Amino acid sequence: MKPIIEADSISKVYHLGGIGAGTLRDSVADWWARRRGANGRATPASDDAPTRRNGKDFWALHDVSFSVQAGEVVGFVGRNGAGKSTLLRILSRITEPTSGRAVLRGRVASLLEVGTGFHPELSGRENIFLNGAIMGMKRAEIARKFDEIVAFAEIGGFIDTPVKRYSSGMYVRLAFAVAAHLEPEILIVDEVLAVGDAEFQRKCMGKMRDVAQGEGRTVLFVSHNMNAVRKLCSRAILLDGGEVQLAGETSAVINRYFSSALSQPSTELEQHPNRSGGLTPHLLRLEISGADGQPASCFAPGDRVRITLHLRCAQRILDPRIGIGFTDAAGERLFAVANYLSPCVLDPIEGQTNLVAEFELPPVLPSRYLLDIGLTDGAGKRYDEIYGAAALDVTESNYLGTSHPYFREMGHIMVRSNWSRG
Amino acid sequence: MAELESPPYELVLEPSRGGFRFSWREFLEYRDLLRLLVERDFISRYKQTVLGPVWFIFQPMLTTAVFALVFSHIAGISTGTVPAPIFYWSGLLAWNYFAQNIAIGGNTFTNNAGLFSKVYFPRVIVPLAVVIGNLGTLAIQSVAFAGLVAIYALQGAATNLHPDWHLLLLPLVVAQLAVLSLAFALIFSALTAKYRDLSHLNQYLVQLWMFATPIIYPTTQIPAKWHWVMLANPAAVPVEMFRGFLLGQTNLQAGEIVFSVILTLLLFLIGMVLFQRVARTVVDTA
Repeated sequence: MKPIIEADSISKVYHLGGIGAGTLRDSVADWWARRRGANGRATPASDDAPTRRNGKDFWALHDVSFSVQAGEVVGFVGRNGAGKSTLLRILSRITEPTSGRAVLRGRVASLLEVGTGFHPELSGRENIFLNGAIMGMKRAEIARKFDEIVAFAEIGGFIDTPVKRYSSGMYVRLAFAVAAHLEPEILIVDEVLAVGDAEFQRKCMGKMRDVAQGEGRTVLFVSHNMNAVRKLCSRAILLDGGEVQLAGETSAVINRYFSSALSQPSTELEQHPNRSGGLTPHLLRLEISGADGQPASCFAPGDRVRITLHLRCAQRILDPRIGIGFTDAAGERLFAVANYLSPCVLDPIEGQTNLVAEFELPPVLPSRYLLDIGLTDGAGKRYDEIYGAAALDVTESNYLGTSHPYFREMGHIMVRSNWSRG
Repeated sequence: MAELESPPYELVLEPSRGGFRFSWREFLEYRDLLRLLVERDFISRYKQTVLGPVWFIFQPMLTTAVFALVFSHIAGISTGTVPAPIFYWSGLLAWNYFAQNIAIGGNTFTNNAGLFSKVYFPRVIVPLAVVIGNLGTLAIQSVAFAGLVAIYALQGAATNLHPDWHLLLLPLVVAQLAVLSLAFALIFSALTAKYRDLSHLNQYLVQLWMFATPIIYPTTQIPAKWHWVMLANPAAVPVEMFRGFLLGQTNLQAGEIVFSVILTLLLFLIGMVLFQRVARTVVDTA
């Protein structure tokens, strides 16, 4: 059978400097200069010359080829700017490739944002129909699934209230509910799972898994969350600098993605390329040190680790909840530390502030671990989130007191044990 | 067997160099979206104004009053045999519909940049929804106009109005106004997407355009040697036709009407080509 998606050396060039729409004034000036044969500005004679003027070419995608079989769930990973979003935009038909071609053999729906086209004045009911239609659903199809959508969104009695009166949680739940009930042959999803409170996120993941595995849909999934990629995708493609670095089994691709991460004692977070979409930077910098305050990024199980987070909050956060998750090279989350998972009570935070976490490194296997950081509050509002914000290395140690190696196959944590004849 | 294996739907994405691409089949698949957008625009517009639907009547009423005062009483411009308020309001019915379509539809790409960068659907649906949605406003204003005529008729002041079978042709005239305004909405959308500085010019242009169109003066006032100017204005004939058919007095020639219809279709074609060309990659420059 022919693959459901075939991309054949797709490239996309943006013209930097000249980016954005020009003005008629400039175009007329250019035209006049050319007519008079003025050589002040050497502009190539092409139909969109005005936008190319002074511009440098930027290859957002360069010769990207891949194919996807029907029913496959393929993850696209890579740092921001690697070309993932551009690729999704082309496959969703939002823009055209500069060269190359792609063939899609099925109806496509893309979910690059939750709640696209929601109108604040319209009720939840009206928005379900509008939003569904924008994403390509027929009216009858939406009507058929209406009750299911409302139930999934858990908004019950508010269905006829204008969505401008919804809480942000309700808004997001309704928006995702509509999207989750799309039934295209090809579904393109860009990190929208990272919405809502933790419980709703779990529900979304479950729904995604149903769509992907149960219903046999073809899904292209883009995320920085390696844990989600590992759980959902059978295959993954690593993009870097607009090119395919590696395409293959998910674990191998995640492994490669990890190896490109640097472990260092201090990491700038303000401009971090992995920040989840749509969030304003609250996390500015992360420092790792030992309990003595010595900067370090390499530890042995049992060591005390101190992580200092520099934050800036424009608004006061009353009940701040900050967590750091540790994910291994297979994309699996091994453990997490968080203020709400400790007996300590944090005061409300505001403005520039530092938070210090100190913990004992659990007996995990020697490897590189990526730190996923999230800042929310008690009401589930997300302020900041960076998957793979920094890396920490766990070294070989004599934790078990033996020279026998401890393989991954034996388990994820090492446990000291005593053996004797009873 | 090969046909059985390949799904019915196959979409090829590749750079379209030049060329005009438009898929009717796809357009029809999105007809529910068209309907919902029309509903959305109408509901949201009258929910946002304090006066609600009354605003739709209030606005031409006020303009008519100002015109009657300034152009009829002070400037003394004749409105022929028709009472000035009826003359102005009938012209404004057609003109407001036309101008509103262009004012809103002419900024399709700039007003919907966020939406267009997140989801694909045939972009032409957006200005089309505007043109169809404004028919609702036109209908409300027409009912109010009928009320105005009734008041004049009761006072015996409407003896010069002879509505006849031409009234039945009004839907066709409205259709021409719709296509023509859609054509300009498409052209302006394409141009403002490419040249941002044009969006300021659009509003100004439409305002001036009204004075070049027989709204405040009857075509009988135009000297014969300037008649070609009226024909060169694509909006003049349909607007005049609308008023003429409504009031039962028209002195348009059949040839003028045929020319105007051809011009409208031509402009629509140009609009579609320009619009589709820009639509393909407009989000890259947003």
